[in-house]
Amino acid sequence: MGRYVLLNVIRGILTLLAISVIVFFLARLTGDPIDVLGPENMAPIDEQALRDKWGLNGSLVEQYFAFLGNAVRGDFGPSFKYPDESATSVIADRIPRSLQLGLAGVLLTVLIGIPLGVLAAARRGSWYDRVAKGIALFGQSVPEFWLAIMLVWVFAVQLGVVRTSGRAGWSSIVLPSIVMAVFGIAALLRLFRSSMLDTLGSEYVKLARLKGLPRSRVVWKHALKPAASGPLTFFATIAVRLLTGATVVEIVFAWPGAGLLAYEAANARDFPVVQALAMITSTAIVVMNLLVDILYAYLDPRVRLGQKVMA
Amino acid sequence: MSTMEPVLTVDGLRTHLFTRWGTTRAVDGVSFTLHRGETLGIVGESGSGKSMLALSLVRLTPEPAARILAGSVVLDGTDLLTLSEKRMRKLRGSAISMILQDPHQSLNPVFTVGNQLAEAVHVHRPELAAAAVRERVLDGLRKVRMPAPERRLRDYPHELSGGMKQRIVGAMAISADPRVLIADEPTTALDVTTQQRYLRLLREIQRETGVAIILITHDFGVVAEACDRVAVMYAGRIVEQGPVREIFDRPRHPYTRALLDSRPRRDVRLDRLPSIEGSPPSLVDPPPGCRFAPRCRLAAERCTAEYPELTAVAPGHETACWRWEEVS
Ligand SMILES: Nc1ncnc2c1ncn2[C@@H]1O[C@H](COP(=O)(O)OP(=O)(O)OP(=O)(O)O)[C@@H](O)[C@H]1O
Ligand SMILES: [Mg+2]
Repeated sequence: MGRYVLLNVIRGILTLLAISVIVFFLARLTGDPIDVLGPENMAPIDEQALRDKWGLNGSLVEQYFAFLGNAVRGDFGPSFKYPDESATSVIADRIPRSLQLGLAGVLLTVLIGIPLGVLAAARRGSWYDRVAKGIALFGQSVPEFWLAIMLVWVFAVQLGVVRTSGRAGWSSIVLPSIVMAVFGIAALLRLFRSSMLDTLGSEYVKLARLKGLPRSRVVWKHALKPAASGPLTFFATIAVRLLTGATVVEIVFAWPGAGLLAYEAANARDFPVVQALAMITSTAIVVMNLLVDILYAYLDPRVRLGQKVMA
Repeated sequence: MSTMEPVLTVDGLRTHLFTRWGTTRAVDGVSFTLHRGETLGIVGESGSGKSMLALSLVRLTPEPAARILAGSVVLDGTDLLTLSEKRMRKLRGSAISMILQDPHQSLNPVFTVGNQLAEAVHVHRPELAAAAVRERVLDGLRKVRMPAPERRLRDYPHELSGGMKQRIVGAMAISADPRVLIADEPTTALDVTTQQRYLRLLREIQRETGVAIILITHDFGVVAEACDRVAVMYAGRIVEQGPVREIFDRPRHPYTRALLDSRPRRDVRLDRLPSIEGSPPSLVDPPPGCRFAPRCRLAAERCTAEYPELTAVAPGHETACWRWEEVS
């Protein structure tokens, strides 16, 4: 198990290094930042000062390692848009807000998506199953912005039960987190329904019933645990998307999180902020995948021992 | 076997499967009696309804396709078919339990063997403390002659051989001292030596506990080795039943006769019975007469018109054939 975790950590670090190369050189591809962003006809002495400040001295390779060294310490240089603040501090303000919204979205996704999928499989063919199928179809096909606007219109404009935008009180988080969760709920519902149908038809589930276990226990223990590892990988993708700031939802609800910031920073060509966001998001994805791999090993003992699992 | 005290009496059991393609009459009027301490073999070709019969006895037929339409399954005076699901559940494993065909598929891959064994004890004896449950689990493993049982508890199924898994499933099945144990082809997935060791083990457990066993197989060799009585199933019905010796020496149904004649040699394992001409009939809309008639050498006009009920031809020996006197 220790070896398994270590291998995954190493793989994660290598992934991040590769991403840092891409992030760094992509920004440089558009040209020398001084030409793009510096004032025109700068005095050489001012230009040198700016180069020092932005870390643009030496060869590209040297610059990359300087960038990497700083990035590891969480330093991505000053924001271009807000020169008095570092890119990191610009982001640091926004991330907790995205996390808050993302966490609410993830919780809704898990707490609604998994039970709906499990029950749909356990009662296959019933009216409940048909309703669940309808929910899945709706959730996977409805465009996020359309749903967001409809919810705002119904609940904020018509009924006036929640605020339309911004962060004010707990009620303001309800609509955006629902919008964020809908796709994931539909996806988990479908994935869990189909993997549960497999395990419910298995011989070991039959044996669990033969032992005299109540059907509910067989469903939620013997069928669910082996059914969970498949959808898990997909869940990680959804969770990262939600936790690192869902741009569309943040824009529609004017939620001041990282997603909205990414949109603003890209518009303002604020490279340090964009780079910092990219690196932090990537790190979140890598960490999330690591957690999933560990959870995966917990769910399936064959993974733990480094054996191949047949899907 | 000597006392002939009935434990399980099945009468007129009928289980049909309702599917898009029609109604499969998988179990179509089956009656038999199982006595204390005896082993009853049920033989028949693939698809003759043996597994569906077994699952009907514990009321775990596939949902929602299967329905038990008629009959009674009386275990120690209680008709299982009239019980609520809650009461039936309490009898599963404790009064009547079952070993499935494939040990490789029978255990849950994501829980330890110890966890799965303990669960079987705990569900019927919730008042027992963890240590007492563990003791009973180890006891069960010893009963199935598992070497170093303590060390097995933390293993996952994939760490064990097929023979070991089948022993664990066996230990699970007898852990709550059932009166009846159904073993649905418990050895087909095992190699020949493991198979024979397992059959011997079942015999020993039976001697120690007095459990009555229903042993499902399509191999008459297994019947000869492990059973006291045998019932031959064809197309959802029992066509002949009686003491093993009697059936071997004096089969009174052409189908039994054909099965015995086509018995593969000991060293050859075949899943089909190649020398019977024709194929088993479809269980969807079977003809009115004897279902074996289309493949039967002795078939006469009456055979295709009217179904022969089981009739006694010798003490404890019954056959469902109009022309049984001509068989032998
Ligand atoms: N889940 C199911 N849905 C519909 N029909 C089924 C189902 N399971 C079995 N059947 C049908 O029921 C009939 C009896 O099957 P059963 O499994 O009892 O045969 P069997 O005698 O156990 O055969 P085998 O020796 O291959 O195990 C067959 O015609 C089979 O096609
Ligand atoms: Mg079968």
